[in-house]
Amino acid sequence: MSRRDFLLRKFLLSLVTIFVVIVINFMLFRVLPGDPVRSVIGRNVRISAETQQALREQFGLDKPIFPDQFIDTIGQWAQGNLGISWSLRRPVSEVLMSKLGNTVLLIGLGQVLAIFLGVTLGLLAGWKRKTAIDVGALTFSLVAWAIPTFWLGIIFLAAGSAWFGLPTAGIMSPENTGKPLMTILPDLARHLFLPTLTLTILYLGEYMLIMRSSILEVLSEDYILTAKAKGMSDWQVLWRHALRNAMLPIVTLIALNLGFTVSGAIYIETVFSYDGLGKLFQTALVKQDYPLLQGAFLLLAVSVIIANMAADILYAVLDPRVKES
Amino acid sequence: MNENWALFKRNLFEFWKAFRRNKLGLLGGFLVLTAILAATFAPLLTPYAPTEVIRDVNGRGLTFAPPSVHAPLGTDDAGRDIWSQLIYGARVSLAVGFLAGFIAMFIGSLFGILAGYFGGRIDNLLMRVTDVLLVIPDLPLMLVLVATLRQMDLHVSPLVVLVFVIGLLYWTSTARLIRSQVLTIKERQYVARSRAIGAGHVHIIRKHILPQIMPLIVANTVLIISTAILIESGLAFLGLGDPTQPSWGAMLNFAFDRSAVTNGAWWFYLPPGFAIVWVTLGCVLLGNVLEDMLNPRLTAHHLESNQNMIAIQKREGE
Repeated sequence: MSRRDFLLRKFLLSLVTIFVVIVINFMLFRVLPGDPVRSVIGRNVRISAETQQALREQFGLDKPIFPDQFIDTIGQWAQGNLGISWSLRRPVSEVLMSKLGNTVLLIGLGQVLAIFLGVTLGLLAGWKRKTAIDVGALTFSLVAWAIPTFWLGIIFLAAGSAWFGLPTAGIMSPENTGKPLMTILPDLARHLFLPTLTLTILYLGEYMLIMRSSILEVLSEDYILTAKAKGMSDWQVLWRHALRNAMLPIVTLIALNLGFTVSGAIYIETVFSYDGLGKLFQTALVKQDYPLLQGAFLLLAVSVIIANMAADILYAVLDPRVKES
Repeated sequence: MNENWALFKRNLFEFWKAFRRNKLGLLGGFLVLTAILAATFAPLLTPYAPTEVIRDVNGRGLTFAPPSVHAPLGTDDAGRDIWSQLIYGARVSLAVGFLAGFIAMFIGSLFGILAGYFGGRIDNLLMRVTDVLLVIPDLPLMLVLVATLRQMDLHVSPLVVLVFVIGLLYWTSTARLIRSQVLTIKERQYVARSRAIGAGHVHIIRKHILPQIMPLIVANTVLIISTAILIESGLAFLGLGDPTQPSWGAMLNFAFDRSAVTNGAWWFYLPPGFAIVWVTLGCVLLGNVLEDMLNPRLTAHHLESNQNMIAIQKREGE
C-alpha cells in the first residue's frame, strides 16, 4: 500500500467514525423521555405553552427527526452551538472551552512522564530479560493494570493529604486565581503532583510492556547478531540499532491510548476534584445535565479521533515500510 | 462423539499437567476461585445482612467505627458492617463481570468465526466496525449510553443495563483474535480434504474449527471478565451502579461521597479496592498463563549469554 492510499484510508475512517459518533450522540438524546425543547430553555417551567410551541417551531422541533432535525443539529454543532447547560445555565461550548486547558495540561504531563519512564524501563527489562529488573517491571505493570484508577487516586489522596500535607482538591489555591503564572507555579505544582502521579502510574505499565516485547522482538533479529559480532558493546547495539526500531509500536500505542487517557482523566479529575473536562463530565452525569453531557462526549470523542489520525500520519512518516507498495 | 470426549479428556489432562507446574497460573486460579466461593457462600461468611445497621448499647448506629470484634472491617457512615457488604458485593461484581464477559465472548467468537471462515463482506464489515469502535473513547461512550438507558423506562435493574452495555462494547478484540486464528486453521489440509469429500460449512466449523479455537476462547474470556469487572467498578464508582445492590465499585462510590477519606476511615475505602485487585489480578494471571501456554512466543534473544543461546538452539534442533 502506498503512503497516499494509507493516509487516505485513515482519513476516510476518521470521517466515518466522527459520523458514527454524531449519529450516536444525536439518537441517544432523542430517545430520552421528555421534550428536547427543554434543552434549549433550561428547566424554566414557567414559559407558557405558546412560547414553548414558538420555540419548537423556531428550532425546527416540529419537523421530522430525520432528515430535517438531524441535518439541522449537525449544522448547529458544526458552528460550535452545543446548546445551553441545564445546571450551569451557560452555553455548553463556552463551559467546555474553559475546562479544556486544565485537562490538556494534566494529560500532557502524565503522558510525557509515562512515555519517558515506560520506554526506559521497558528497554532495561527487555535487555536484561529474566533478571530482577525484568521480573520487577512485569510485576509492576501487571499490578498497575489490575488496580482501578480511581482507587489508586483515592489512596494517593488519603496518603498525600495526611502524611505530606498536599492539597486535596482543585488546580490552585483559591487566593491565587488571576495572579501571574510565575508566582503561582509552586502552588500549581503542589496541586498537580498527586493527579499527575496517578495518571503516570496508570499509563506507565502499558508503555513498559509494549517497549519490552518490542525490544525483545528486535533483539531476536539477525542484524542485532551481526552488530554484536562486529564487536559493538550492548549499549551501542541498543542505542544505534535496537531503540529506534523498537520505538515504532510506541507511536501507535500513544494513538491507541488516547481514548484510554480520556477515561483516566474522568476518574482522576473526579477523585481530585480537578477542574477539567473529566470532572465536568462526571458532574453532568450526576446532575443529569444532558446538553452538557452530549457536548462533552462530542468534544472528547472528536478530539480523540482527530488525534488518532494525527498519530497515523506521524507513523506513516516515521515508518519507511508504509511507503512500499 | 465418544471419541471426541475421550480426546477432550486426554487434552484436558495434558493441559492440567502443564498448568499445575505454573505457579503464577495456580495463584491466579486460587484468587479467582476464592472470590467465587466467597460470593456463593456469602450468607455463611457474614455476621450481618449487608444493609443491617449495627447499634451500640444505647441503640444508636455505630457509624464510622474502626475494625473491632463486632465488625471485623469496621462500619460505614450509616453503621453497616463493611465485611458483610464486601462479601455480598462480590456477588454483584462477579455476576456483572462474568455475564458481561460471556456476552462479549459470545458475540466476539461468533463474529470472529464467521468473518474468518467466510471472509468477504462479513469480514469487511467486522473489520470496519472494530476500526470504528477502537477509536471512540470507551468510557465516555459507555457513560452516555448507560446514562440515557437509565433514563428510559426500561423496567430493568441498573445492573442489567451495565451487563449489556459492557458486553456489547467489549467483543471487538476477541473477534479480531478469533478471526486471525480461524484464518490460519481454515487453510490447513484436513479442512480442505474435509471440504473435498463434501462436508458442509456447519460441519467444518463444528468439527474442525471450534475445537481448535476453544482453548483460545477460554483464555480470552478470562481476560475479558477481568476487564469487565474493572469497568463495572469504574462505572459504579461514577454513580451508575445499583445503590440497592452495591458492588465493590458502588461501595467505593459511597465511601468517596460520604467523605471516608477526610474522616480517615481507611477501613471503608481500602477493602473494596483490594477485593477488585484480588479478582482482576487473579483473572489476568490465569488468562495470561492460559494464553501463553497456547501461543508460544519468541525464544531467540541475541544479547543474552551464549550458554542460553546454545540451549535454545539445541531445543529447536531436537
